[in-house]
Parts: sequence; structure tokens; C-alpha cells
Amino acid sequence: MDGIHDLGGMQGFGHVQPLTAAPPFAEPWEGKAFVIGALAARIAGTNLHAFRHAIERVPPPEYLAGYWNRWTIGAQTMMEDSGILTDEEVRARAARLSGRDVPEPPPPTPHKPQMASGGAGNLRSLDTPPAFAVGDRVRVADLDPSGHTRLPRYVRRRAGTVTALRPGQVFPDTAAHFAGENPQHCYTVDFDSRELWGPGAEPFRLFIDLFEPYLEPGP
Amino acid sequence: MTSTPDHLDPALRVQALASLLTERGLIDEATVENFIKTYEQSVGPMNGAKVVARAWTDPGYRARLLADGTAAIAELGFKGPQGEHMVVLENTPTVHHVVVCTLCSCYPWPVLGLPPSWYKDPAYRSRVVREPRQVLREFGLDLDDSVEIRVHDSSSEVRYMVLPERPAGTGHYSEAELADLVTRDAMVGVAKVPVP
Repeated sequence: MDGIHDLGGMQGFGHVQPLTAAPPFAEPWEGKAFVIGALAARIAGTNLHAFRHAIERVPPPEYLAGYWNRWTIGAQTMMEDSGILTDEEVRARAARLSGRDVPEPPPPTPHKPQMASGGAGNLRSLDTPPAFAVGDRVRVADLDPSGHTRLPRYVRRRAGTVTALRPGQVFPDTAAHFAGENPQHCYTVDFDSRELWGPGAEPFRLFIDLFEPYLEPGP
Repeated sequence: MTSTPDHLDPALRVQALASLLTERGLIDEATVENFIKTYEQSVGPMNGAKVVARAWTDPGYRARLLADGTAAIAELGFKGPQGEHMVVLENTPTVHHVVVCTLCSCYPWPVLGLPPSWYKDPAYRSRVVREPRQVLREFGLDLDDSVEIRVHDSSSEVRYMVLPERPAGTGHYSEAELADLVTRDAMVGVAKVPVP
């Protein structure tokens, strides 16, 4: 989906933050937020891809209101989708924890998604041969799905060169929607910065991992 | 930033979620505390620093690390979530690698722990794939124009870690002393390991 999360190449965000040696959690609630998110897929009967997609669906103002904010809302969304809890329940509990005596709505009925798992993790071996080889020229397909994808906008329709064949992996575009693991070959593709950003671009090379369905033979 | 009319303070949301999930037996205090302690104390850039120091002192290990990052990193006992397939990128005087995840904040947890704030921030994620030399300069790393910059966008389950250059004047350092010099920022590629 063309969401706020697809940030590559967007302009207007200003200076990068300074490099600091800050600990992983600035405040105790951030640690708790991390764990809830890390366990959310297990609790909701979903997967890592569904979690990423839930974070992508966080409305842009909330997405930009901080990392642990979007992480937590994403975790909650995924649990709502599986009928583990509702937003009304969360808000009522938050009000009660703040000392307001509001009624609590009843919990929903869980309805976790059903999808066969091909094993732990996301690496899978494939029986089909890869369509592309190292050195091949490829062009990124003009895909614009409204669901989850790991194809960022900024490489769409651009031409590059395959530099590595990576391990086969669960296809995020289908797994996030519980439509099957559908494992795919994955390639690292090398783009010249001028192919991405025009002749005036800073000279550099951009490497990105792209799944086979994202690629077509290139010029 | 209070962003939308129905914005709930994230700390309060977390408290409410934890309360509901605990009540339903879906999480428990001990698991939560254990998880937090793991990522505060045992999984962090000190792991990656050991990998780097070993590669600097053992040419055989360095070769294995660059050929099969996952296996070589596992030799030192580091593996787990967000490190299923590791690729190690070697910085040299002529080629400088830098890693980002533009779509979320993918990061090699077993060797670097959880990502720092700047890595997850929209400014870094949007800009480093468009003007990396300028971004590195803002971070304080001014690379010569002759250095080729290679930006790696972590868009699949492959995770990248940079093997930085060993700083000058460290020939007599032990492996443990070298590990103490290695920084998280150098292993993402936004800094060099400082000369001691």
C-alpha cells in the first residue's frame, strides 16, 4: 500500500537525529510496548508480515507520533483483527487506569486467521529454478497493490542489475493477508542513483532485496 | 505530539493493553520482564563488536564472515530473531556501505540489538536512499568524493551488518580491546570506528 511507512526518497523531514548511545528503552513503558508488539503475532495467531502491515495501516499522524506509538497501535490493530480485544475495551481500560469510573465493554469472540505454516522463520527452499541470475538486467514491475508489499515506491519502474540471489523466503504480499506462504526467490538488485533520482543525483549505488514477482527482464 | 482528536497517550495505551492481556492470561509479568532484560543486557551492539574484533584479528574468520555471515556470526553464539540470514558488508578506504530499512525499521537484532531512535526516524529512512553523502555529513562523517557509497535497503528478511575499517594505531590491541572500540554506528555504516 502507498502508505506513510513507504518513506524512501520522501522530502521534508529535516535533519537526521544526532547519533547517541541511548539505551533501547528511554522509559519503562517503551520496554513493555516492545514486548507486547513482539508477542502480538503469537497472541493474535498471525505473523511478522501481518504485524508490519498493521503498522503500515496506522493513520499517518499517529505513525509519525513516535516509533513505540505506531508499534503499539499496530500490535493492537492486529489483536483487534483477530478478535482478541477491541479498541473500546482498550480505551475503557485506559480511562479506568486514569481514575475514571467508566463501564467496560464485553470482550469480543476470538477469530484467529488460519494459514498453514511451512516451518519456523521465513526462509524456505524452493523447487523452482530462479528466473534471474547474477548480472542480469531487471526492471521493477509497475505494481501498486493496496495490501502489504515489500516493494517500495521509489524503485518501481526502475532498471537495475541483479548482484545476488538470496535464500527463498515466505512472500510477504500473501502471508500478511493469510493467503499462503507462497515462497519466492529473492534477489539483491543494484541501482545507479541517477536511475532513481535523475541526472543531478548524488552519485552512489543503491542495493535492495526484491522478490521475484516484483521483477521483469530489464533493458 | 498530540496528533489526532482520539490520540491516546502511548504509555497509557501500553498500560491498558498489558492490563487486558494479563487478565486474559495472554502475557505475564515474568515473561515481559525477561524479554526486556534480554534486550537491555544481553542482545546489543556489544555482540556485533565481538564479531568485528574477531574479523580484524583472525583472517580466516574474516573470510568466513564475508562468505557466510550467518554461520560465522553463529560461531560466536549470536543468532535468533531478525538474524535468520546475515550478510556482512566490508567497508574499505574506497567503498563505504550504509544500511537502512525504508519501509519499517528492520535491523540485525542478534548482533546489534534493537535499533536506535535515529535509525527508525523518518528523516534517516527517507533521505539516506536519496542523498546519503549529505546524510553522512550531517552525522559527522565527511567522505572523500572518491569513496563509492553503497546504500543497502533491508526490504527482505536478509539482515545487513557493516564490517568497519580497523582504525590506525591499533596494531598492538588485543581482540577484547578492539571490541571496546567498535561502535553501533560504525556497524550500520553511519560512522567510522574512531582512532583511539
